[in-house]
Amino acid sequence: MTTKIPPTPPRTTYGTGPRTAPPSAHDGAVQVHAPGGRALSAPLMGRGEEPTIFELSEAGRHSWQLRTTGVPQWNVEELVPEAHRREVPVPLAEVSERDLVGHFTRLSHRQYSVDLGAYPLGSCTMKYNPKVCDAVASLPGLVGVHPGAPTGMVQGWLALLVELEEALCEVTGMSAVTFQPAAGAAGELTGLLLMRAYHDARGEQRRRVVIPDSAHGTNPASVTSAGYEVTTVPSDGRGCVDAAALRRVLDRDVAGMMLTNPNTLGLFEEDIELIAAAVHDVGGLLYYDGANLNAILGVVRPGDMGFDVVHMNLHKTFATPHGGGGPGAGPVAVDEKLVDFLPGPRPVRLGPGLGGSSDGAPASGVTTGAGRYGWTMPPRSIGRVHSWHGNALVLARALSYILVHGGDGLRRVAERAVLNANWLRVRLSSTYDVPFDRPCMHEVVLSASTLKRHHGLRALDVAKRLLEEGFHAPTVYFPLVVEEALMVEPTETESPQTLSALAEAFERIAAEAEEGGADAAHAAPRTTPVRRVDEARAARTLVPTFDARAGEG
Amino acid sequence: MADYLPHTDDEVAAMLAFLGLSDVDELFAAVPGALRLAGGLDLADGRPEPDVLAHLDALARGNGAADLVCFAGAGAYDHEVPPVVRALAGRSEFVTAYTPYQPEVAQGVLQAIFEYQTMVARLAGLPIANASLYDGASALVEAVNLGTAASGRQAVWVSAGVHPHWRSCVRTFSHGSGHRIVEIPLTGGVTAWPDDAFSATGVMPEPPGVVVVAYPNYLGCLEDLSAVRRLADAHDATMVVAADPVAAGILRSGGEWGADVVVGEGQAFGTPLSFGGPYLGLFCCAAAQVRRLPGRLVGETLDADGRRAYVTTLRTREQDIRREKATSNVCTNQTLMAVTAAVQLGWLGTAGLAEVATRCARGTRYLREAAFKIAGISPLTGRTPVVRELALRTAVPARTVVDRMAAEGFLAGVALADLVGDDGDGSVDADAAVHGLLVAVTERRTAAEIDGYVLALDKAVRR
Repeated sequence: MTTKIPPTPPRTTYGTGPRTAPPSAHDGAVQVHAPGGRALSAPLMGRGEEPTIFELSEAGRHSWQLRTTGVPQWNVEELVPEAHRREVPVPLAEVSERDLVGHFTRLSHRQYSVDLGAYPLGSCTMKYNPKVCDAVASLPGLVGVHPGAPTGMVQGWLALLVELEEALCEVTGMSAVTFQPAAGAAGELTGLLLMRAYHDARGEQRRRVVIPDSAHGTNPASVTSAGYEVTTVPSDGRGCVDAAALRRVLDRDVAGMMLTNPNTLGLFEEDIELIAAAVHDVGGLLYYDGANLNAILGVVRPGDMGFDVVHMNLHKTFATPHGGGGPGAGPVAVDEKLVDFLPGPRPVRLGPGLGGSSDGAPASGVTTGAGRYGWTMPPRSIGRVHSWHGNALVLARALSYILVHGGDGLRRVAERAVLNANWLRVRLSSTYDVPFDRPCMHEVVLSASTLKRHHGLRALDVAKRLLEEGFHAPTVYFPLVVEEALMVEPTETESPQTLSALAEAFERIAAEAEEGGADAAHAAPRTTPVRRVDEARAARTLVPTFDARAGEG
Repeated sequence: MADYLPHTDDEVAAMLAFLGLSDVDELFAAVPGALRLAGGLDLADGRPEPDVLAHLDALARGNGAADLVCFAGAGAYDHEVPPVVRALAGRSEFVTAYTPYQPEVAQGVLQAIFEYQTMVARLAGLPIANASLYDGASALVEAVNLGTAASGRQAVWVSAGVHPHWRSCVRTFSHGSGHRIVEIPLTGGVTAWPDDAFSATGVMPEPPGVVVVAYPNYLGCLEDLSAVRRLADAHDATMVVAADPVAAGILRSGGEWGADVVVGEGQAFGTPLSFGGPYLGLFCCAAAQVRRLPGRLVGETLDADGRRAYVTTLRTREQDIRREKATSNVCTNQTLMAVTAAVQLGWLGTAGLAEVATRCARGTRYLREAAFKIAGISPLTGRTPVVRELALRTAVPARTVVDRMAAEGFLAGVALADLVGDDGDGSVDADAAVHGLLVAVTERRTAAEIDGYVLALDKAVRR
């Protein structure tokens, strides 16, 4: 079956060519003098298959080169007792360095990325990742440090972490930070275990944690992992927590409530002070899911809203690259009353009376160090949540991002992120449903409900057609409370020209469906390295390794 | 004023006008006035990149450890990371992508993970490997979760030979999961499973649903895993092996020993020391456990044109779909480190991995033979065989040795007291904790460096 790619409708568009007319406030146009901001990438990514590295392998070929050491050449039989000795080497691919480079470079050409184009993936804050942060994460004095080295030899790292802690405390309005959680979900679980330790210390056994029905999936999963039961509170007609329903589920069995603000609908929870008071009234703690922190940098702080525990996603808000799925970093900031429970050891600036000659992991309540900075073990610490000190190089990137922006720059980040999202909301509100059509924060949740009903165009189709247009797709079918949801987060680093091009793509997709039905969209994407992928087959006939391929390999 | 924002002032004005607003503050009308931050953040104003880079470089120069010849290990190793691996793993298409939610434009990361899963599964001798977890400790925590779910029992026997930090993590998360953790002490560097040690005292712990052992253990010693398999069988428990993936190049795999789950720290495959992170949690399991697998799994399938394609699969285990009933809360993992490991293992190949492991064992033996001739040095774990790491007993406190050796240009190792505290734990007593030094020799250490190390050690252990 072949599908004709529909021609681009002849529309007046912005950002695709020279314009001489002044910008008009009516259509949100931005004057451009040259084509720009149009993030078309798919044609560059190529089509066809790339063999696996195992298929490129030829026995006896190699690319490794190791240092000349002069160490005696004992053979493995002299080194490993027979009972423990591997009989055959681990079979890996055998390729030349040239083939290794070709293979992974071709794979990289089959991969979309922020560096390639706009990535309006809601809830993920896929902003541009400044290259200076890469340079920081490559500094030999940071990269080459063993995590178990004594404090006297890691003063730079400790100073860096303390500086970052102070900045994050200021951003969140909190008292102290643990850097150990490696990602947002790890931060959530850490925060919930802090909640548990806090209640335990007060001799209280509480069993439930409240989360809104619009919450990220990690929230309920973390609640279960922390040994609590989930109590879901519905959203009201305005897309915010239903305050009356919340009051009905709150009692002294509630350990706390997890909330993201702005919430996953991109809306600010205007009743946050009431919510905080209601949770605190029953002795619960309020947890801030920092996934959406980008929207409020320098505008309002979780601590000032009444939150007691905050996790941040440094790979979202502070632009550390997401690496195709990680690493992230999910530091947790807490109010004064939770500091004693934090994971440890924590980096600290040593004051008078602190410190000494001993190094390494201090005992509970003890601070050690051999310089201006050391480690401290919170007296009632929940224990470790990471093998070492957290995703340190990610933390270094985040500090450099914060220092370049400064307090003033971080505030502008939030302003432009919210400006971009609202511009898209208004621009697209005549084409797509906007279930909660009022000013949003950093992201806007659209819906393809009407387009689906009238023309068979689903959110998934819109997403796949956008890939053909050279954009990454928005988050689809989330939050769960919106049908055919398209969650769009443009971020602050996309230009008005790119936003125009993105809006045009959205409009073109809708117009196609209105004019000719959704067949073209159902067939999308056609210009990407592969077309729609058979997910059911992947689950039914599980092939998780090359060795599991039937009749091959 | 420094940032990466593209908007000109005119553009901001035009966009605000389009929204019917006159000032950016109006964008935040939904935020109650009383909560808004008056006067902005109390942070210094932004600084240009060169200034910030200079500041971070000055901090980096404050880390003396970076200049020392590294003989420290304890789960973080100084292995060769060649330029080709840095170049490929540093490609911005891999670095600046998000999770592969749209497989049509994420085949690069997906296929690299598929290849990674294949390599790691072969290494572990098990059929299933996930797409990575945060680090070795988090992989172990998830293995315990899987093991208790599989056995339906909450008691977990953890060998004290498992890295102390990993054991700490297992204890931390047990406060949420309700798992009952029983630490099984070491005798002479290897686990004294209750058959011998506990029955002598007449106190038997609750029968385990999960048994955890490290191979080699954190003191470098090779445990008898067939005994662990028998123990697991006797209790119908899940057998979890925390395996060193480099040593696995010359050791029998966990799968060959009968492990149900093999976890490990994958930092050694292309990721530099980095002060402890980001690292790479390796997680493998038997086919029977695949529906309990934590985190992401990439599978091969076909696209609409019948071409080979890759996609994350068995997604109904995961938090975004299953929510409170998910097998794990993991979302973001360490994909870039997994891609890096695939490149590094591609570079090493079959012969290279075996060569690295063999060279580590050679260097360890070379150092061991010389060190034990020093008057102030004796073995901490008797004659138990070691492969790539060993524990020395030093006549003066090991922390003192580390400090003295730093002056000679060596990071001598990790003092056991820094891992287990001055009082020791189930792995070593207080005396061994204070006088224990954990030393690792990788393929990067030359005979000249080891000779110099031994000379310096001889001086450092004198009172």
